[in-house]
Amino acid sequence: MNQDVVIVGGGIVGCAIADRLARAGVAVCLVERDVLGGAATAASMGHLVVLDDDPAELTLSSYSCALWRELAPLLPDNADYRTTGTLWIARDAAEMAEAERKRTRLAAAGVNGELLTAQQLAACEPALAPNLAGGLRVAADAVVYPPVVAAWLARRAVAAGARLRCGVAVSAIGDGEVVLDDGSRLRARHIVVANGCSVPELLSGAPVRRRKGHLLITTRLQPQVRHQLVELGYVQSAHGEASESVAFNVQPRPTGQLLLGSTREFDAPAGSVTPRLIARLVERAVEFLPGLAGRTALRAWTGFRPTTPDHRPLIGPWPLRAGVWLAGGHEGLGVTTALGTAELLAAQLLDLPLPFDAAPYAPGRFTSAVASHVH
Amino acid sequence: MSTDVRLRVDGVEVVVPAGCSVAAALRLAGHVSTRRALDGGGRGACCGMGVCFECRVRINGVERLGCLARVADGMEIVCDA
Amino acid sequence: MRELSTEILVVGAGPAGIAAAVSAERAGARALLVDMQAEPGGQIWRGQWNNATDRAARRWLTALRGSPVATRYGLRLVDFAAPGLAVFDGADGPLRVRCERLIVAAGARERLLPFPGWTLPGVFGAGGLQVLVKNGWPVAGQRIVVAGSGPLLLAAAATLRKAGAQVLCIAEQTGAADLARFAAGLAPHPGKWLQAAALRGRLAGVAYRCNAWVERAEGTERLESVRLRAGRSVERIACDALAVGFGLVPNTEIAQLLGCELRDGAVVVDVHQHSSVAGIYCAGEICGIGGVDQALAQGEVAGRAAAGSGERPRALRRDCARSARFAQTLRRHFALRDELRELATADTVLCRCENVRYADAAACRSQRDARLQTRLGMGHCQARICGAAGEFLFGWTAATPRPPLAPAPLTCFTEPTSDPEPPAQESA
Ligand SMILES: Cc1cc2nc3c(=O)[nH]c(=O)nc-3n(C[C@H](O)[C@H](O)[C@H](O)COP(=O)(O)OP(=O)(O)OC[C@H]3O[C@@H](n4cnc5c(N)ncnc54)[C@H](O)[C@@H]3O)c2cc1C
Ligand SMILES: Cc1cc2nc3c(=O)[nH]c(=O)nc-3n(C[C@H](O)[C@H](O)[C@H](O)COP(=O)(O)OP(=O)(O)OC[C@H]3O[C@@H](n4cnc5c(N)ncnc54)[C@H](O)[C@@H]3O)c2cc1C
Ligand code: FES
Repeated sequence: MNQDVVIVGGGIVGCAIADRLARAGVAVCLVERDVLGGAATAASMGHLVVLDDDPAELTLSSYSCALWRELAPLLPDNADYRTTGTLWIARDAAEMAEAERKRTRLAAAGVNGELLTAQQLAACEPALAPNLAGGLRVAADAVVYPPVVAAWLARRAVAAGARLRCGVAVSAIGDGEVVLDDGSRLRARHIVVANGCSVPELLSGAPVRRRKGHLLITTRLQPQVRHQLVELGYVQSAHGEASESVAFNVQPRPTGQLLLGSTREFDAPAGSVTPRLIARLVERAVEFLPGLAGRTALRAWTGFRPTTPDHRPLIGPWPLRAGVWLAGGHEGLGVTTALGTAELLAAQLLDLPLPFDAAPYAPGRFTSAVASHVH
Repeated sequence: MSTDVRLRVDGVEVVVPAGCSVAAALRLAGHVSTRRALDGGGRGACCGMGVCFECRVRINGVERLGCLARVADGMEIVCDA
Repeated sequence: MRELSTEILVVGAGPAGIAAAVSAERAGARALLVDMQAEPGGQIWRGQWNNATDRAARRWLTALRGSPVATRYGLRLVDFAAPGLAVFDGADGPLRVRCERLIVAAGARERLLPFPGWTLPGVFGAGGLQVLVKNGWPVAGQRIVVAGSGPLLLAAAATLRKAGAQVLCIAEQTGAADLARFAAGLAPHPGKWLQAAALRGRLAGVAYRCNAWVERAEGTERLESVRLRAGRSVERIACDALAVGFGLVPNTEIAQLLGCELRDGAVVVDVHQHSSVAGIYCAGEICGIGGVDQALAQGEVAGRAAAGSGERPRALRRDCARSARFAQTLRRHFALRDELRELATADTVLCRCENVRYADAAACRSQRDARLQTRLGMGHCQARICGAAGEFLFGWTAATPRPPLAPAPLTCFTEPTSDPEPPAQESA
């Protein structure tokens, strides 16, 4: 069977692209080897947050968050979209200075942030520890339940004419076709590879590594916090090259549960939960939210973030094979940036005006490294 | 051996035989449902062996399973129903 | 955080765990026996610790009393902080136990299946109501329907009747022919015959109906009546309680978390009850449903083997073989009928914890898909109930367990700051 585009991978990124292209009238087939949103997307916290450590990240995430706000009224109830805002927490004067710089950078991208003194922080979130220096409140950030959104986007794509193949994997990419593991082939003019951490299985040499994360969720209870709470030191944890790091990151779920993050580990092959890291994660969270100690843990799990050497995603044409496109490597921000990714990729693929400069995300930026790996 | 135990259920004093489970004590005290489900429906003990978690109540401020816990003098039990 | 250390940790103080711990001590090892219940005895010997009426119970509970085995009750195994370092949750906070070898004897739970009204207060597992009664739950004078499948229904009904309940009927979903074959299959197991006959004796006058099952439980705030189907006829029976269970499911979660291999829903063990993971032994119902004799025999083998006493005495080998044959008979003759898959309506709750409707779950591709899209199995019981139901209803394989094995205070998961307590034996 022929289509214009085959999309490999039904995570949030692949589903967003399928939805975007199908609604533009493109004949799309989305291939997911397991269940929709079942990999990194299922493991994720679903924090929709503007990050600004790198100008390209700021552009993509602020653009994407605006798209999320447009989408929100259409989402089903069980997508659990809530505008919780983000509260970036400073422990000392140095971090408070960082909060100010962050506010300035966000403002330049049109994102409003409000600096909070220690007193204001305490009034805003009384459950926080008393000894904190203050914070930055970004009111427009939100949270969502990613696997439900992924499946919803895929259904919307199907309603717009897309085909969906679940339970079958793409085993290889050929010229103008993909080979499925049931032996059949799908022909297409364009192939979009959006299979998360598995990108290198199909595109040899693609610079995507797995970075493991742990999360833990509590049982339901009266809400203790209203915002997603993140320590300002988070950025160091997220983008540092340390082989293992833990940062305070807590999200109030609409269910009354608290979702506790997060750890980052390179080169941890197994998906199993490491008790030592859960201990560090809980201890870190209790430092910021002393009242947490009395809460009940319901479940812990892990997931793998697909990362690239410069922590920017790969969105655009794959330089080593015509007709192949890449949308992956979104690391710890891929739920947020899935919508912007779909816009940017669709614009390139359909030759529409770009929403912003595509160069910082171009997979070709690693081509020399890739080529030397391949040959 | 079989003396009585005094405890409080939702603030009301109750006397039950020693050695019985908290779940049994609640039933003896007339509580049929001891928890509200997400749809508001009443729920009570079901599996009797610590598996279904329907019998959970707060005992002295901590969430525990009524079918596994034994009554003790002075216990404070709070139901969510 | 409190911490203990022992040579052999036995989790579960039912017949298998008791036999394992006592046998390990007899073979010269130090054992610590832990259970989440307030007393030893497991499911079958509930309430017998201070008042054993059953001969085997008296024998083993007396042996446990007289043995140097260290014991801790009211503690639930929730996680492993490291291999050989178990974390328990109890009313007094967490306890860590360091051990060299582990014997898991976590028993089985009942399979509960959804039908309209099954969440009403007053609807229990069959063994569920039985064990509640053994711990003081009042049933005197109440009208009770016992339903579902398997020999446990008889045992449950007998307990209820002894406690003063009026057992209105026992509805067994299996057909008469299969039951007759099961009874005939009991011939090589004289002990079981006696047990079954004695149970029937105690149930004289109670209607026992084959090919019969409860279709619906009715009531507003609590159970008021059930609709019982027998063949083509449906009868409404007013009652105060319904005790309904569809056989037993091994509690394999602990073994799974440790990476032990499973087959057909039970842990795979060798002749020494050793699992596929070094140093981890399993005994009793978790290795496959087989009744108390099998649990005791396997417990003895596991205890001796974990203590380093490898050879199995002839009598023990014989017990093991005989009880394994009984287990087979049991499995063969109580297969669940297809009609039970049709009881739940679209609106029937399937996941009791997260209130997921049957129709919403049924629309999913797999248990995992249902988890992600509907929250099925995401609540307190962690799919112990709806997972076993989904296995029967949809042929889904249950998700692999994630820590913690049961909801537990966050303090169970932080690193201890205090010094370890002395070995279990000294402080016991
Ligand atoms: C612990 C953790 C917390 C996170 N928190 C956040 C957060 O708060 N906010 C945020 O924005 N991001 C967060 N992320 C990051 C985010 O989850 C990921 O960036 C995002 O989900 C990536 O989406 P994806 O579609 O690229 O990959 P995936 O979700 O992994 O999807 C890839 C899909 O491809 C399928 N697939 C793979 N190979 C094949 C094949 N050969 N054929 C067919 N199908 C295939 C897989 O089955 C999978 O479904 C977090 C990640 C982790 C691990
Ligand atoms: C509700 C019920 C009632 C039954 N009644 C009868 C009966 O009347 N007659 C009959 O012949 N058979 C009965 N059976 C079958 C009976 O359970 C078995 O024949 C036999 O008792 C199995 O012994 P066991 O030691 O393997 O398991 P069990 O007796 O089930 O013992 C397992 C023990 O492990 C403990 N445990 C499990 N998980 C943990 C954990 N994480 N941490 C700490 N402790 C844990 C449990 O509390 C339990 O005490 C019943 C079964 C059930 C489920
Ligand atoms: S009755 Fe099921 S856990 Fe207590």
